[in-house]
Order: sequence, then C-alpha cells, then structure tokens
Amino acid sequence: MIKGINARKILLKSGRIIDPFSKKTFNGDLLIESGKISKISDSISTKGKDYKVINCKGLVVTHGFCDMHVHFREPGREDKETLESGSYSALAGGFTQVCTMANTNPVIDSPEHIHYIVSKSQKLPIDIFPIGAVSKGMKGEELTEMLLMQKNGAIAFSDDGVPIQNAQFMKLALTYSKMLNVPIMNHAEDIFLRNDGVMNASSISNNLGLKGNTSLGEAVMVYRDLLLAESLNSKLHLLHLSTKEAVDLLKQFKSKKQLITAEVSPHHLYFVDEDIDSFDTNLKVAPPVRSKKDRKALIEGIKSGLIDCIATDHAPHTLEDKETTFNEAAFGMIGLESCFGVVNKVLVKENGMSLKSLIEKITVNPRKVMNLETNLFDIGSKAQITIFDPNEKWKFKNSHILSKSSNSPFIGKDLVGKVKFVISKNQFFTL
Amino acid sequence: MLKSKHLIGLEHFPISDLNKIIDTSFKFKEILNTESRKSILLKGKTIVNMFFENSTRTKISFSLAEKRLGADSINFSASTSSVKKGETLKDTVQNIESMKIDGAVIRHGHPGSALKLTEYIDGAVINAGDGSHEHPTQAILDMVTLKEKFGKIKGLKIGIVGDILNSRVARSDIFALKKLGAEIVVCGPSTLLPGDAKRLGINITYNLNEVLNWCDAVIALRIQLERMHLGRIPSKREYHSEFGLTYEKISKLKKDIVIMHPGPMNRGVEIDSKVADSDNAVILDQVLNGVASRMSILYLLLGDGDIKL
Repeated sequence: MIKGINARKILLKSGRIIDPFSKKTFNGDLLIESGKISKISDSISTKGKDYKVINCKGLVVTHGFCDMHVHFREPGREDKETLESGSYSALAGGFTQVCTMANTNPVIDSPEHIHYIVSKSQKLPIDIFPIGAVSKGMKGEELTEMLLMQKNGAIAFSDDGVPIQNAQFMKLALTYSKMLNVPIMNHAEDIFLRNDGVMNASSISNNLGLKGNTSLGEAVMVYRDLLLAESLNSKLHLLHLSTKEAVDLLKQFKSKKQLITAEVSPHHLYFVDEDIDSFDTNLKVAPPVRSKKDRKALIEGIKSGLIDCIATDHAPHTLEDKETTFNEAAFGMIGLESCFGVVNKVLVKENGMSLKSLIEKITVNPRKVMNLETNLFDIGSKAQITIFDPNEKWKFKNSHILSKSSNSPFIGKDLVGKVKFVISKNQFFTL
Repeated sequence: MLKSKHLIGLEHFPISDLNKIIDTSFKFKEILNTESRKSILLKGKTIVNMFFENSTRTKISFSLAEKRLGADSINFSASTSSVKKGETLKDTVQNIESMKIDGAVIRHGHPGSALKLTEYIDGAVINAGDGSHEHPTQAILDMVTLKEKFGKIKGLKIGIVGDILNSRVARSDIFALKKLGAEIVVCGPSTLLPGDAKRLGINITYNLNEVLNWCDAVIALRIQLERMHLGRIPSKREYHSEFGLTYEKISKLKKDIVIMHPGPMNRGVEIDSKVADSDNAVILDQVLNGVASRMSILYLLLGDGDIKL
C-alpha cells in the first residue's frame, strides 16, 4: 500500500501540461488547493506561499487515467483482490477512476449489490464505478433491474466473462438499455466457436497441442452485436478486441454510428500467440492473444482512432489458479500497474503514435463512453491528476505490483514511461 | 344506419360511424339510468357471443347490452365446446350460423380471427378482442368516457402507459384518439414500446412523470405478468417504481388528471390502490359506459334503423 498526503496546497512546477479535453499542451504550473484545481498558468509564483512544490520538469502533467474495465473480485474472492487493494493497484498505474465488472460472487445483478460496491468504495483513494450485470446471475436469460441499478450508481451493464450467446436476449438488453443512455458491453466470443479453446487457434496451438480458440468466434459475435446495435440505435461498447476481423467490422459500422465504441487491452497490443512457447499460464487470457496480423490491426485501429479506449481488463488470480497446466489455469492477467509503460512503449515509442493521442485513449475517451466528467482541468474541479515521465526506461518487477495478485506476463519486461505522482480524492501520492 | 356492416377494428373504421356510435352511446346511457333500464330495440334478433378466450367484464358487458336491448343471446365458450374436440374455427362458426343468427361477438386469441369470421357468416361481426390486434369496443367506451368527462376529444392530451407493443387496447385507443383529434404520448419500458412510433403518428417517452405532468387523462394498461418471463421486464418492483401510477407520483402533480384503466387491474403493479380508488379515477364509469357503448354498437349494426331514440 502507498500512503498519500493531504493535497491542501500543492504546486506542480514546470511540467508539460497536456489537457486532453481542450487538446492544449504547454509548459507551465498547476496549483491545487484543498484538493481542487485552483490555477493553471505559465508560471505561478511561490513567493510568500506555503505551497508544497513538486518539480515536474521533464514530466507530463495530465488527467488522472480512467480504466473502464477491471475485475476487483469483491465480493467473493477477496483473496485475489478487494476493492481496496484494487484501488491501490490502480493508483500505482496512474488511474484515478475505474469501472468494476460484475462477475463477482455473488454477481452484481441487483440495486442492492450496486449499493454495496458504491458504499464500500466511498472511502477508497480512487473513484470506483460499478458496472452491473445485464442478466440475472449472468445466465443470459432475464434482464436485471437496470433502471433501479442505475439509480443506485451502476455506470453501464456487462456480463463480461460470459458471452451473451442468445441473440434475442442481446436484442432485448440493447433495447432496454436505451432508456438509460449507457452502453451494453458484451464479451463477444461465440461459445460454440470458442469450442473450449485455451489459446489462439493457429499453427502455434497445433504445435503446442493446445485447443485453439478461433478468431471467428469473436468476429461472428461482434458482427451480430454491431448489426443489432445499429438497427436499434443503441449504445454498444465492444470489449477487449483481439482480432483483425473485429477491427475490420468496427470500421464498417463505425463510420455510420457514433453510439458504437470499442476498447483494446495492453496485452493484446503487446503479446502474440508465438509468445506462449513455454506454456506461460500468465499469458492465458480471454479472449486470447492472437497472431502478429491481429496485433498489427489492433495497433492500427487504436492509432487511427477507430478503437476509442485502452482498458486493462485487470483480472487478478491466485498463484494456485495459475501454477498449474495451461489447460487448467484460470483466464486473465493483472494489468493496472504495467499499463502505461506497456502502451507508451508499444504505441508511442515503437509505432509512432503521438503521446497526446495515447493520453486521450486512457482519459477523456473512456470517460465519454461512461458519461463521466471529461473537463478535469476546469478551475474548481476536484483534482484528478497523473504525472509521469514519458521516457523513463524501467523493468517491471513484482515490487511494482500493489494488487493482491501477481499474475502478470509483463514481469521482467522492459517498459518505457513511468507514473511518478498521482493526485486523487484530495490526496497526493508519490510512487 | 352505419356505413360499416361489421366492427372489426378502428384503424380503417369511418370516422362518421365512430362519432355516431359515441353519440348514440350517451342516449343508451340515459336509458340505463332509467328505472326499467330496458328497451325492445333488438327484439327478435339473435346474437351469439363466442368467447374463445377468457373474459369477465367484456363478456358480461355484451350479455347485458344484448338483454337491455331485448335481443336473444346465446353464449359459447371455447372451454366447454367442440373446439376442445378439435373442431376448426370455420366449422364451429358455420354450424352456429346455420342456426340462423343475426350477429356474432367474437373474442379470440389470434389476430385476424374477427375478420376471418366475416367470410363465414352473413350477420354482423363485432370484434371483442382478437389477440394483440384490436379491441375496438374497449376503445369506443374509452372515447365515451373521455367525452363524458371533458365534453370533447379533439385537442385532449392523452397518455397511455404500459405494454403498448402487445396491447390490443392501446392499438385501438391510438386509432380512435388519432381519428378524433387527440394528442397522444405513449410511455413504457423500451422493450414494450413499438419500434414504429413514427408510422403510428405518436410520441414516445420513457419518463412517466413527463407524461403525467403533460396529459389531461392517463390510461394505464394491464401489464401481463407473463411478459416478465419472456424477459421484457426485469421485475414487478422495477416496473412499479418506473412505470406504475403510484400515489407518490400522482399526488405530486400540479393539476388533477383523469385516471383510466381497461381492467383487470394488477393493483400494486401498474396502478396503486390509492390511485385506482381515488376521485380522479373513472375506472368504474368505464365499465358502465361499456354497456352503453355496446348497446349503441349492437343497435347501430343490427337494428332496423326505423326506431327513433
């Protein structure tokens, strides 16, 4: 755990301020008083003031990151992650707001469950917004009380972890959610085509003797969801895209519909199926890391703006769940602490994306999808700020992880770009 | 007396016929309010009531209307007839027809069944509800109730709340109200609203308070609880909270609005008892007007037309 100090009077001095809302970049100072943004200008004098001055020379000062897709395992598997441990894990990655998925035990499928998450999160150092389940018990049969759940704080709806296989049910969900103006986020994998696959179906899975999960499984369901959302004029958010086919389909539909949004996870931008050469169970994830061709399409998709957001799909698991055979290991990897170093390295350093553009994908864009406030540098706003060194090279280690779990294939990898300070909920954190 | 020979639905029903039925209903209501409550306007006429689907108030309402007009009526219900033995609609009806009848009232679970009936018999056919299609006599009694309350229908603001998609009452009410120049807003969960509101020429909202603050009268529809099992609504609790005519919502309104319901009511789901039993509710007036309207319909379709009221 990291300890914050009260953000009563903090002056961020000489940073490169990037405001992804106004799209302005300049070198200057940013003053926080009583946890709120009180002044932004080229230079703020410290004469006669008792500001705590943070030297931000060479650092980027921007909006706190927002991850619209995490699994915090509470209630039910507090041994993997709790709302509290998850929020420190998020802070370590520069995130000041996260949206938690509903596949806990019990499933977050009622207004009472939403209320539980909201009230338990009140005192935590970041904002946690629960995503409610689309169907009761995530069985894909009966709609949840979405209207009452929204009134209690549900920010969107998803059965993530379990694909909504019944197309009629998906249609009803997309219809019912029109009343709420929030997206339905479906885990798009046709379960019959997935066919119990544990990794991408390819010559690699054949060589390893592992059962393959074909990219068609994602493509078929993404296509179905896009058709339904377009014809109903509903909000649809595509989770963790992993295939070129899905990116191509998104391209077809997105030109016509702005209600459709999509995300990609850092691990799908970084790894490919060939990396599973030694059966590393930390690389077992759903949907699976795909081929080089898919990875390239995802990188192009996020660079071009076709894919709106980067979301970690932070999925903690115990050692027991991962220290087993590839077939038996649980799906998922943690991703909050390593996120920025990974995407900055892959997208900005290796693939020529602008840093400004990358920042949008983890700040204003996810907030827009989730109907959250996006103008964070407005004077008087509660300070949600992340300060990072865009060029620092570092090796990702166990010691960087604040999650209760450490199932990350990034351990030992060289990353570029490191979060140094975070301001969230009236507290200043040094990492 | 009317341009139409049958009353199958209101979508294509002539507006002059509709107005005539409504106006004549008031005359029958006067008769119903007299001591004897009876006339001999349809003496010698035979009417068969064919209820292939369960009904309480519509069935009794038609029977009463027929009795008050002095007609001979026979009742037929699917549960105690040869339909159970596998007889087709056509055979059942032609057998009854061959017994010489002047008119038939039909309630059937399938849309189009009333229209089908006109091919098989010579007498007048009155649709008492065909599946999710139309329920024209209910809409007419609703028009009579509105006109009785407001003196006119043109320009009235009417909210219809509930399962618009599957409701024959909503469909017939919408056709009638539109013909007579009322403004309509329908409200309900998006899974129970029609996708073609534009074609129907109606406005749609999911916000009940908005409708209640706007309308002169609101018609709450029965929510069929089996819809819940078809996944269209998540729970009674959510429906009641968001789309129920609750006392809390009604008591906050700045002006009184007229409360209507075609029955049977799910008290505590689409309407609170306190609202259903309030002074603004005209739900029982609707029932009495149902008898008067059906007398009017039967008389105008079956009568000889030479008796002046």
